[in-house]
Amino acid sequence: MIRTYSSTSGRFDWTGFLFAVVLAIVIAVPLLVVFTWAFTEIWRYPAVIPQKFGLRFWNQTLSRADVWDALSISLQLSATVTALSALICLPAAYAFARMKFPGRDLFFLSFLASHAFPKFGLLVAIAAIFLQLNLIATFWGVVLIQLVGTLMLMIWIPVAAFQAVDRRMEEAARDVGAGPLRVFWSITLPQAGPTIFAAVLLTFVSTFYETEGAWLIGAPQIRTMPVLMINFINNQVVIQYGAVLSVILWVPSFIALMFARRVIGTGAFAKGFGA
Amino acid sequence: MARLTIESLRKFFASTVAVDDFSLDVADGELVCLLGPSGSGKSTILRMIGGFEQPTSGAIRIDGQDVGRLSPDRRPTGMVFQSHALWSHMNVFNNIAFGLKLRHLPRAEIRRKVEAALELVGLGGYGHRQTFQLSGGQQQRVALARSLVLEPKILLLDEPFASLDQHLRERLREEVRDIQQRLGITTLFVTHGQDEALALADRIVVLRNGQCEQADAPDVIYRNPQTQFVAGFIGQMNFIAANVEGGTFRHPEMSVAIGAQDGPAVLAVRPEALGLVAAEGGAGVTVVRSTDFGSHIMVDVELSDGTRLKAMTSPAMRWERGTRARLVPSAYALYRDNKLVVSGTVGASTAAPAFGAAPLVV
Ligand SMILES: Nc1ncnc2c1ncn2[C@@H]1O[C@H](COP(=O)(O)OP(=O)(O)O)[C@@H](O)[C@H]1O
Ligand SMILES: [Mg+2]
Repeated sequence: MIRTYSSTSGRFDWTGFLFAVVLAIVIAVPLLVVFTWAFTEIWRYPAVIPQKFGLRFWNQTLSRADVWDALSISLQLSATVTALSALICLPAAYAFARMKFPGRDLFFLSFLASHAFPKFGLLVAIAAIFLQLNLIATFWGVVLIQLVGTLMLMIWIPVAAFQAVDRRMEEAARDVGAGPLRVFWSITLPQAGPTIFAAVLLTFVSTFYETEGAWLIGAPQIRTMPVLMINFINNQVVIQYGAVLSVILWVPSFIALMFARRVIGTGAFAKGFGA
Repeated sequence: MARLTIESLRKFFASTVAVDDFSLDVADGELVCLLGPSGSGKSTILRMIGGFEQPTSGAIRIDGQDVGRLSPDRRPTGMVFQSHALWSHMNVFNNIAFGLKLRHLPRAEIRRKVEAALELVGLGGYGHRQTFQLSGGQQQRVALARSLVLEPKILLLDEPFASLDQHLRERLREEVRDIQQRLGITTLFVTHGQDEALALADRIVVLRNGQCEQADAPDVIYRNPQTQFVAGFIGQMNFIAANVEGGTFRHPEMSVAIGAQDGPAVLAVRPEALGLVAAEGGAGVTVVRSTDFGSHIMVDVELSDGTRLKAMTSPAMRWERGTRARLVPSAYALYRDNKLVVSGTVGASTAAPAFGAAPLVV
């Protein structure tokens, strides 16, 4: 919903209105087309509305074993990668935010460096190494490659979140008898919680949609949902398969968005960024 | 029973000297105020006692036991921060209960202790509230309860009421004093407000540049400041700079017979010890302003060398702007290089409408 108003009189704000309309067209129309295609059985040029709606392609898609396999693989991959990424990055982010140690800045940069290279070149180089390690076309190979891609997000946002936590709160916890680990677990993490939750969510979703690494390292044994979708689109002329998969793939990001909205709704999301 | 002993404490931050050779002995149940301008090292001293900063050198002992190398969670100290530092993701009850839970006390006992602590700070029944639903004063009370519930040997308070308004600050100050005396807990209270220190303390330690200027009872600090800095920092004080020549402090408008060696010095006179009498003709000092405080009138006068002084006079006498007056000091102190040289009272022969022997007015 977009509110349009002008500061001085009750005159209609045409600029705002136009802006809203353009945004709506750019965002909503492609979504609408994909949605329509997913529930269409016949739609021939030049009709504006499909000739026949139906769930035929849903049945066909969902009855395929490879779709369910890919969904299962995708969920397993995303969950594993997100958990590992959190395990590695959260303590590191805390160290970057709170501690002073030699080489701190260099170390921090190295975490971000993976994103400074052209991604595909880096992937090919890693693939060459993985080939020697027999990690190509294995679950853990894909986990590793996707893990690298999540590091930046999982470091950058939590560092900001930890830095925003009031040090006095941590000191007050030490004062009443909590050790460093207990302070991290009971005070720092919950205080930075909403922002970190958002980072975890974003990591999960972006891993779920990650294709380049999954395709390069995982093919042909490990096939994730997005990779499967690309195959469908490349090999079959039937638009509906792609459309149905798109709608299915859209579900996790929608759920993530709903969660994120609740977090942002408390205002804690912005607070995590030090606002 | 808790006694705090600090010996030659020093703290350097890189090149800045925050605390320099600070020693202090706090007796069991005593409330000592650390008073000093901002940046004088008060917080640093308190944080070293609490374990949040490592001393560069020196010793901190509680009941004879050296705690200098212990981490904060192993020290028998409780700290109340200026910013209350309550944990906003816990309600009031859980804030106070956190330390007790860490000690693995039975549930029922935790409940009983938390409720007693809340009663103690006048917040009975507030346990279920969220911390951000409380006013600033209530938040500080919860912070105080959070520390007290663990029965620390030493209570440390770092300007706990600095962010509250004057009225609330005065009330909370009295409550803290009350609670402290009831529990008999050894307390160190940091403040930069002299009125707070005078109202609260058994003993005041005046700090400047990380060093102790004077440590004495409030009335001694007020009536017998040992350095010029303390004289100027506590209460209102007039300073007049001139030379001592032949046993007399000689200023064109104020000469006092004094037992001090010749040389430049600074004479300090409290406004309540400075009387005014009407001067004949063009002699004397000029009245610049006169402010009526009801119980007394504060008259600002200007000396020929531009120095401004304040004199507290009785409301019976009006001083118009521009009037000429003669200064009649009744009590004074003489400082040289910040150190007290001599103090005394001027004989009753120079009868003045002064307020006698300096009442404690801030
Ligand atoms: N963590 C720190 N790093 C560097 N300098 C500090 C630090 N903490 C305090 N200081 C310095 O030490 C001096 C004393 O500070 P502080 O104890 O906070 O004074 P106060 O509490 O009396 O205002 C100041 O000059 C301050 O700048
Ligand atoms: Mg301070």
